Amino acid sequence: MVKSILLVGVGGQGTILAAKLLTTGLMEAGYDVKMSEIHGMSQRGGSVSSQVRYGDEKVHSPVIEVGGADILVSFERMEALRWLRFLKPGGKAVVNDHRINPMPVVSGKAVYPEGILEELKSKVDTAVVDAAAKASELGNPKVMNVILLGTVIRSMGLGSIDWNRIIRENVKPAFVELNLKALEVGLGLV
Amino acid sequence: MKTLMTGNEAVARGAWEAGAKYASAYPGTPSTEILESVAEYKGDIKAEWGVNEKVAFEAAMGAAIAGARSLAAMKHVGLNVAADPLFSMAYTGTNGGFVVITADEPGQHSSQNEQDNRNYAPFAKVPLFEPGDSQECLDMVKEAFKVSEDYDVPVLVRLTTRTSHSKGIVECGDREEVGIREYRKDAAKYVSVPAHARARRLVVEDRMKRLADYAEASPLNYVEDNRSEVGVIASGTAFYFAKEVFGAGASYLKLGFTNPMPVRKIRDFCASVKKIYVIEENDPIIETQVRLLGFDCLGKNIFPFCGELTSDIIRRSVYGSCFDAIEADPAKVVPRPPTLCAGCPHRGFFYELGRRRNVMVSGDIGCYTLGFAEPYNAMDTCICMGASISAGHGAQQVFDMRKDEKPRRVVSVLGDSTFFHTGINSLLMVGYNRSRTVNVILDNRITGMTGHQQNPGSGYTLDGTRAPDLDFEALARACGISNVRTIDPNDLKLVKETLDWALALDEPSVIITRWPCALKRFSPEDKAEFAGAFQSRYKVDRDLCIGCKACLRSGCPAIAFDWEAKKSGIDPDQCVGCGVCSQICPKSAIVRE
Repeated sequence: MVKSILLVGVGGQGTILAAKLLTTGLMEAGYDVKMSEIHGMSQRGGSVSSQVRYGDEKVHSPVIEVGGADILVSFERMEALRWLRFLKPGGKAVVNDHRINPMPVVSGKAVYPEGILEELKSKVDTAVVDAAAKASELGNPKVMNVILLGTVIRSMGLGSIDWNRIIRENVKPAFVELNLKALEVGLGLV
Repeated sequence: MKTLMTGNEAVARGAWEAGAKYASAYPGTPSTEILESVAEYKGDIKAEWGVNEKVAFEAAMGAAIAGARSLAAMKHVGLNVAADPLFSMAYTGTNGGFVVITADEPGQHSSQNEQDNRNYAPFAKVPLFEPGDSQECLDMVKEAFKVSEDYDVPVLVRLTTRTSHSKGIVECGDREEVGIREYRKDAAKYVSVPAHARARRLVVEDRMKRLADYAEASPLNYVEDNRSEVGVIASGTAFYFAKEVFGAGASYLKLGFTNPMPVRKIRDFCASVKKIYVIEENDPIIETQVRLLGFDCLGKNIFPFCGELTSDIIRRSVYGSCFDAIEADPAKVVPRPPTLCAGCPHRGFFYELGRRRNVMVSGDIGCYTLGFAEPYNAMDTCICMGASISAGHGAQQVFDMRKDEKPRRVVSVLGDSTFFHTGINSLLMVGYNRSRTVNVILDNRITGMTGHQQNPGSGYTLDGTRAPDLDFEALARACGISNVRTIDPNDLKLVKETLDWALALDEPSVIITRWPCALKRFSPEDKAEFAGAFQSRYKVDRDLCIGCKACLRSGCPAIAFDWEAKKSGIDPDQCVGCGVCSQICPKSAIVRE
């Protein structure tokens, strides 16, 4: 069985590190894993995605199809709407209640949509988390990504993997303790 | 040892395992990380940034002729720049193995066009490999070095964005030390005068015949027989996308080596099935071969010509629809176009340039291409690397032929790395033929858009060795430009005065805007030169702010307008203190914290 995890957000939010930790843990647990992300021009404040597919059989494509993700984790509120069609009917959405204005909103040419969470909740099983606030409580807004990684691990039932070790081995020493705490927080949010 | 690797990392690993000794590249998405990964094998492989793809190719070509296994890597459009040596080296052949990586961009995630570089292989008459995942990247690069030496030929390996940037589990091996081959002078082979080249022309044709046998025998071209009447022929990542859709419901001919094509294998496979799908991204190259053999097939008549052929697109083309999905109201979702970062040194320059009337801005490729967009609208053209200065030159010559009272003036803009890439040649054209263009080098002290690669202006090489500090002003003067000024682009008054000065001249000028990229990791030299940069913050004094929104014209993502209070605000987490907005504010309401 192949499972698909879609992490989406805005360039600079740290989806790439979250996906790296996730794929490393999955590989060490014996799964076949493929991961895809696009970098380049889109980094500059654009919409970004990291796509992770894993299974106990061979994974062919690194790219998640429309209607193919088991879980959609959105690091930013509106991005959940943008990527919603990639979620399987019956799949789960985890949405970080965090807003980043795109340039058309900043310049007053468009309005940031209202009622996103209500729309999501009416359509899919949605968990709303405030990872930004939790990260600030931990003293560093950047660990929002590892908090959200915790929600993925809990939602996908991947708790038997030794994620603390994965973090210790893949995060800069100065940030290990902070990230371990962030993971703990994330595991408790969903 | 099993490890997770991107295709780019696996290419580097393959080169290392194959005993490569030299590699060069010019950064370009999606190929950039290939050379950065090669550089991790410091001590075994010498890795150097080339100033452009042609130079990188030629450096690696020379290294190969000298006897070392060598690699050159570039994005698809980079191979256009390097096409000249590719076509001629197909004649001369090599000594040590020579592998050229082209990373194509179906879908144009970060490129100006979508060209299928597989076309170069039959055109230049060189062999072609098409890996589809990370493991194949490693395996095929190793095999490519072997083919290069066995057949005395440069070998092309085509990746696509998904192959380059996707990760998969790779079984790694050890390095095979192949040493450096003996170099022997051989003018008849390496000196391409017509008399020699005519003889080599025959070698090329004979070599392709022998490579056709290799294609038939290669295990990289294999059949996966699922006893189905449906047959799928695919190469590269498209094969893996197709497997998601057809699973065991089809038999497959997977092609990993596609120039020359394994014609007999294709014929036998087509004859063994009743319905044939040819699934390849971009051009119908395999499909054309299938049709030449007299088989009907489903190819570009049902699959799109452009973009990627991801599984959902194949599914929709074959079955009429994708998986069921939950749709959100698309009208609600606001696009998120890329923007210049907070603190970007291009901001102040484009803010001022966008206020000019009766100018044509001849642009170029880099982060600063975003100067075309709102709110600056300060770029008219952007075609290819280095074209800003040369195209601007031609345009100015024509504007000056018109008898307008106030002829349109051309301002050509490009970044430091793009200037080194091919902009210097263009500036020579200006200095030599004397157009009165204003030529602006946006020197942000690094190659920005591809993720901060060193270049000849940044003072360091790929491995962190200190390099000479290139003097932009001296270089401009050496190109024949006597009007040269260097300015801080965050000083709007200075930008304005300098543009006034340059536009008043009746001869060419060069303006260098010198300020580091806001994301750059500062070198010791940067710390000395730009002391205090990006270490302050600005805030809006809400009592002074009149809600005029002038600051929004800076296009800074750190500024947001509070529509209820009708006041501007600055996100303290994003602001790095460039101070551009504070100079735009007519009420001096934006102040340093």
